[in-house]
Amino acid sequence: MARIIVVTSGKGGVGKTTTSAAIAMGLAKKGHKTAVIDFDVGLRNLDLIMGCERRVVYDFVNVINGEATLNQALIRDKNCNLLYILPASQTRDKDALSQEGVGRILDELKKDFKYIVCDSPAGIEKGAHLAMYFADDAFVVTNPEVSSVRDSDRMLGILASKSYRAEQNLEPIKEYLLLTRYSPERVKLGEMLSVEDVQDILSLHLLGVIPESKSVLNASNSGTPVILDEVSDAGQAYGDIVARYLGENRPHRFIDDKKGFFRKFFGSKQ
Amino acid sequence: MSTDSQKTPKTPMALEFKSSTFSVPVLVVASDDLAVIEQQLQEKTSLAPEFFKNSPVVLDLQEINKRGYDIDIVALTGTIRKAALLPVGIRGGNTQQNKQALELLIPVYSMHSGSVSVENKKQKTIVVPVIETKTDVAVDIDAYATATTLITQPIRSGQRIYAAGDLVILSQVSAGAEIMAEGNIHVYNTLRGRALAGVRGNSDARIFCFDLQAELISIAGNYKISEDLDESVRNKPVQIYLQDQALIIKDIVLPH
Repeated sequence: MARIIVVTSGKGGVGKTTTSAAIAMGLAKKGHKTAVIDFDVGLRNLDLIMGCERRVVYDFVNVINGEATLNQALIRDKNCNLLYILPASQTRDKDALSQEGVGRILDELKKDFKYIVCDSPAGIEKGAHLAMYFADDAFVVTNPEVSSVRDSDRMLGILASKSYRAEQNLEPIKEYLLLTRYSPERVKLGEMLSVEDVQDILSLHLLGVIPESKSVLNASNSGTPVILDEVSDAGQAYGDIVARYLGENRPHRFIDDKKGFFRKFFGSKQ
Repeated sequence: MSTDSQKTPKTPMALEFKSSTFSVPVLVVASDDLAVIEQQLQEKTSLAPEFFKNSPVVLDLQEINKRGYDIDIVALTGTIRKAALLPVGIRGGNTQQNKQALELLIPVYSMHSGSVSVENKKQKTIVVPVIETKTDVAVDIDAYATATTLITQPIRSGQRIYAAGDLVILSQVSAGAEIMAEGNIHVYNTLRGRALAGVRGNSDARIFCFDLQAELISIAGNYKISEDLDESVRNKPVQIYLQDQALIIKDIVLPH
């Protein structure tokens, strides 16, 4: 049974697209046929992060409008043949998306794919609403600072009340917390909220912590999802997250100060 | 208040009269000073602006007439509308007031014989029949309904909960959330949002919570904002009640 995962946050710039690209790649690398959809119509970014921007012919809006078939619009990833990208349109805006159209495309994707990752735009307006509406699981990406936490809380409220599952009184969307751009040193200095602080406010299951890392920017610029950079801390952190999501039991890391980091790293390597 | 119109394909009917009942708040007016009315209305409605916005209201003029004040219905309804309330009827008015109301296309309701005393209650819910017929008598119901609303999910930022009776919440209430009850509020977890108990004027309502970090607490319109909360009552189990128009916040001492 296919599962639809929405990567959402409310706030912008917290790492939704980076996360979408990484976990979609991670799931595909684990042998699951995965599609990742860019819902940020008008500000398309996912294809850049995935390094397929030069192969975009048709986009999400074309498929919704029936101007192209799903197979024409889906781009197969160059690194993994189980991963497909459905890019957003750069020339349209979010009004081009309709609930009926999105539902139809997701239904079609569900026949062929195991996981469908929806990269939500920032905000709580139409694009974000449609990205989460049909979701089974939600990855709530949060930075360790108060406004991001507040926005995530708001988004959790919307997930719990305005989704298809909520409206149909089905089992609620499973919500997971991803804490990104985490810096243990800055937490120690009191400049950043700690994992405990964020969990205390959101009371949400922590799927993983992604450390603040240069490798994320490098990966974005080179168009390869950071999860493929297996020597980087962020790449490993996303690897852990995908494994935990798939049911593996991996201890959390990157939460404590760098001191003893290498010991921890080698100690927990499986 | 509208009547339902139904269309059936075989015998096209443009409209149909149906009898239906609605719960509408009654505003008992006890002053002829429009400035005072406007100010107090603002205070009341600002506590739950979304709840009151465009809410229909029946104006009760019995009190004002008993005191021998005279009030201009045109000016009064104007003031009510300014507070974003929509007058949909008056009752207890004299001949002159009833005439004025009808000129404004505002229906006149009778002070029905079977009513219980409404004195000294600022707001009281009644059931107003949509089509008033001689046999249809409006019946007062208890303003403070006894039903309890139980919520087990977290109340997130931006969510609003309204309970007609008591409200019991087992999960946390986030900052930016708003919970309102006509009766008591119990939060068996951390309360970070806004909590308003006794929103229809029940000054006996109380708020109980396991961990007080609220942005605002209010009982029957008497409120305190976070800044006014003393450090000594924060982050611990407390109950909040009204005594002589003052909010009292008291520790709940757990046994053992």
